Amino acid sequence: MDQVELQDFLLVGAILFVCGIVCMATKRSAIGVLMGVELVLNGANVNLVAFSRYTSLGLDGQVMALFVIVLAAAEAAVALAIALNYYNNFDSVDVDRGHRLQG
Amino acid sequence: MTVDRLLFLVFAFVTCGSAIGVVLAQSVVRMAFWLVLSLGSTAALFFLLHADFLGSAQLLIYVGGTVVVLVFGVMLTASGSLPALRASAPELALSLLVGGALLFLLGTTVLAIPWVQVTDRQAPSPVLQDAARWSELEAISVASESLGVPGAGGIERHELIEQAQQQQGRSVRPLGWALLGIRPDAELHAPANAPRAAGYLLPFEIISLHLLAVLLGAAYLARTKRPAPASQDQFPAVKSL
Repeated sequence: MDQVELQDFLLVGAILFVCGIVCMATKRSAIGVLMGVELVLNGANVNLVAFSRYTSLGLDGQVMALFVIVLAAAEAAVALAIALNYYNNFDSVDVDRGHRLQG
Repeated sequence: MTVDRLLFLVFAFVTCGSAIGVVLAQSVVRMAFWLVLSLGSTAALFFLLHADFLGSAQLLIYVGGTVVVLVFGVMLTASGSLPALRASAPELALSLLVGGALLFLLGTTVLAIPWVQVTDRQAPSPVLQDAARWSELEAISVASESLGVPGAGGIERHELIEQAQQQQGRSVRPLGWALLGIRPDAELHAPANAPRAAGYLLPFEIISLHLLAVLLGAAYLARTKRPAPASQDQFPAVKSL
């Protein structure tokens, strides 16, 4: 086929999502985990905009994707502030050393 | 192989390859570079999907804002000697296994659904719908001009051209209306008894307050709290605030 279909974009979104999840699970740096979260939200955005273009979702998909972008930026700022506090307390951003935070 | 498909393949490969690069990179700074590449080519995919404002917002906010803030975080949290922060082998194997299983599940689900039933039956995207409507109105106007009849439907040709020129930024105007709570893209050409489309004024206000709260909260959380050194401590009662 010589046209770009909906499932091509959905596969891209799925790959981004899975890469983000593996990044969140394997990285030991807190900033690395934050980058995984950005990848996950990006994959969801690609899905939303693809459905907005190809189905009757229309403008609603683009508005939702805009809200996701705004919320992801806000969440990255707060998570980074938390990571800075974590660094001040533990002197490293290694998430494996934060076992005292449990309970 | 049309240009459309070629562009999509290029940007899709860059996006997915950079995402895999984020996973495989060893130092956090290299991860940030691959993330910039991935987010940038996702913006290109948005442009291919006729979401021009969203692609610009992605570049501005994600690439120009969020990744820069992440790199600042890397700079502020770099200890003297960076030990190799790598997960242990069993953890890596388990997460790769789970990730591979999830990718297999998502991939087979996406490929198994006959999307043509969903995409063919519905109206095209608002951008395409607009373009189709203007071209059909223009066809009526041109036809009526050639017959010497004043514009059928009361629309003059110069008005059409003016309105078409205003539509160059295709999705900005509909997005702006939608964030004000008005949906001309869905309701202007819909029958009178059709259900109303959703307006987004309330989520817009909520997001504004949310951003204000996040601004204040992040600035408060990230303030400097290092105690003064003991030799210069003139106010011993005031330690780290």
